[in-house]
Amino acid sequence: MNNHIWRPLYVVLVIIAFFLVLRYFLVPQDFGVHGVNFTYGYHRAGDINDWQAVPIKYRGREFCNECHPDNAAANASSKHAAIQCENCHGPAFDHPEAPEKLILDTSRDLCLRCHAALHTPSSQRSLIKGIDPDTHNPAIPCSDCHNPHKPDLEDMQ
Amino acid sequence: MRCSRRDLLAMALTTTAAAILPVTAFRFLSQAEVKVALADPALRWGFLVDTEKCVGCGLCVKACKLENETPYDAPVTRTWVERYIITKDDQTHIDSPRAARDGFTDPRIRGEAFDPAEVTKSFFVPKLCNQCDSPPCVQVCPVGATYQTLDGVVLIDRKWCIGCGYCIMACPYGVRFFHPVHKVAEKCNFCYHRISQGLKPACVQACPFGAREICNLKDANDPITRIIMTQRVAVTKDEYGTKPQVFYIGLDRNVR
Ligand code: HEC
Ligand code: HEC
Ligand code: HEC
Ligand code: HEC
Repeated sequence: MNNHIWRPLYVVLVIIAFFLVLRYFLVPQDFGVHGVNFTYGYHRAGDINDWQAVPIKYRGREFCNECHPDNAAANASSKHAAIQCENCHGPAFDHPEAPEKLILDTSRDLCLRCHAALHTPSSQRSLIKGIDPDTHNPAIPCSDCHNPHKPDLEDMQ
Repeated sequence: MRCSRRDLLAMALTTTAAAILPVTAFRFLSQAEVKVALADPALRWGFLVDTEKCVGCGLCVKACKLENETPYDAPVTRTWVERYIITKDDQTHIDSPRAARDGFTDPRIRGEAFDPAEVTKSFFVPKLCNQCDSPPCVQVCPVGATYQTLDGVVLIDRKWCIGCGYCIMACPYGVRFFHPVHKVAEKCNFCYHRISQGLKPACVQACPFGAREICNLKDANDPITRIIMTQRVAVTKDEYGTKPQVFYIGLDRNVR
């Protein structure tokens, strides 16, 4: 065959070879089919480890019980027993090292998440005692009158 | 054309070799690879949402955002809660202010008040990624950055994602979004870092009312799996054929 056919062909072959070499170095070695099949499982295997290494922020109430037994006991015997400490105090991270203290959120909005009166007949929201925030002692933090850990009305003076 | 016996043999040989060449592209799988391909792993994560128990406090959304470092004030989130108000004239009113991060504190929807006598049903529906068995979002990824793990969770490779957004368009549930900080696709992964260590996802732990539960669908003794197997549960948008693995108790026909 003639030169004018071979020469461009060589160029194309060199380009292809270049891309294959580049691909070899750029695509991570652990790239391949690691799941059920190619359609759903073609990925970098190391990414699973990356996700598993994400630090945990919410520690759970058992963790708090060790150092705050009074609050834990009050909370556990109350109508708020189901609520995790960290729902109101924020994630613990490495508390008490970092942060040294957790947030004391005395905002009314925290309590209104559950206690604002809504009309939701087909949900358990209707079983929680609701108040109208505009008429129930407005502008005063709820925790001035109610104990957030043990809000039971029988215990109120 | 003349053809000697020698030519014939040579030609037959080259043709056969050329025909076989593509077959060499196939390769024999190692024992481990076969196991993976046929795997029936003992673990498949599933999720149960009890919409009757949900009170719309939004503590799950708050916990999710803080646990997974989703920018707190950006209008993106891995999970959210919707409120439905259905009135006697068969109108469905839906809202999810700030994805319900701060709960529902206003009886009105977008300023519109509802006469309790006019309301037939009103309830809350938490939404999250369905970790579908046939995830369309994974099929469309052009670079292999999103995939299904063997325990059924769909993950996104943040180092490999190019942020093209195909998966965000492909998800019929709208659970995927563009992460404003990492500039990649993002979605709920059942808190993969927590469930891999035996902890519950942040939203499950945060829910005071047990409206959200996680389970191993392959374990018939798992109490939550038993509920899914023995009670009446539904999935959202079944007609898309994605085989969602988040099951709902008390789903309504008005839920979209
Ligand atoms: C290892 C012990 C330890 C554990 C576990 C622990 N704390 Fe603390 N916590 C402390 C100490 C010490 C302080 C600082 C007390 C102080 O300065 O008054 C503190 C302070 C706090 C404060 C602020 C109190 C204030 O008066 O400002 C809150 C709220 C709090 N912790 C909540 C929690 C919660 C919720 C948990 C569980 C997620 C928890 N803690 C787990 C030791 C602990
Ligand atoms: C419903 C929300 C809520 C829950 C649940 C809750 N707290 Fe609190 N907590 C508060 C509020 C609000 C304050 C601030 C009270 C104040 O300053 O008047 C507070 C104060 C505290 C303090 C500061 C010292 C004190 O006794 O006032 C500690 C420590 C504490 N909480 C620990 C806990 C622990 C441990 C749990 C879980 C067993 C828990 N809290 C559960 C809302 C909550
Ligand atoms: C000035 C003190 C005060 C403040 C502030 C206050 N409350 Fe009360 N609250 C009371 C008293 C007293 C009662 C019991 C008498 C009653 O039923 O009104 C009560 C009752 C309640 C009840 C039970 C209602 C029922 O149907 O029995 C709930 C729920 C409640 N409060 C939630 C809140 C919330 C949430 C806030 C903050 C947004 C708040 N309160 C702020 C004093 C207060
Ligand atoms: C996660 C939802 C939730 C949050 C947040 C919450 N509560 Fe409650 N609260 C409940 C539930 C559930 C009950 C028990 C059901 C009932 O009797 O109303 C309750 C009961 C109460 C009662 C009535 C107790 C009785 O004896 O009937 C008061 C008062 C109360 N909470 C005050 C507060 C205050 C103050 C805050 C904010 C610090 C708060 N709640 C935050 C869910 C919540």
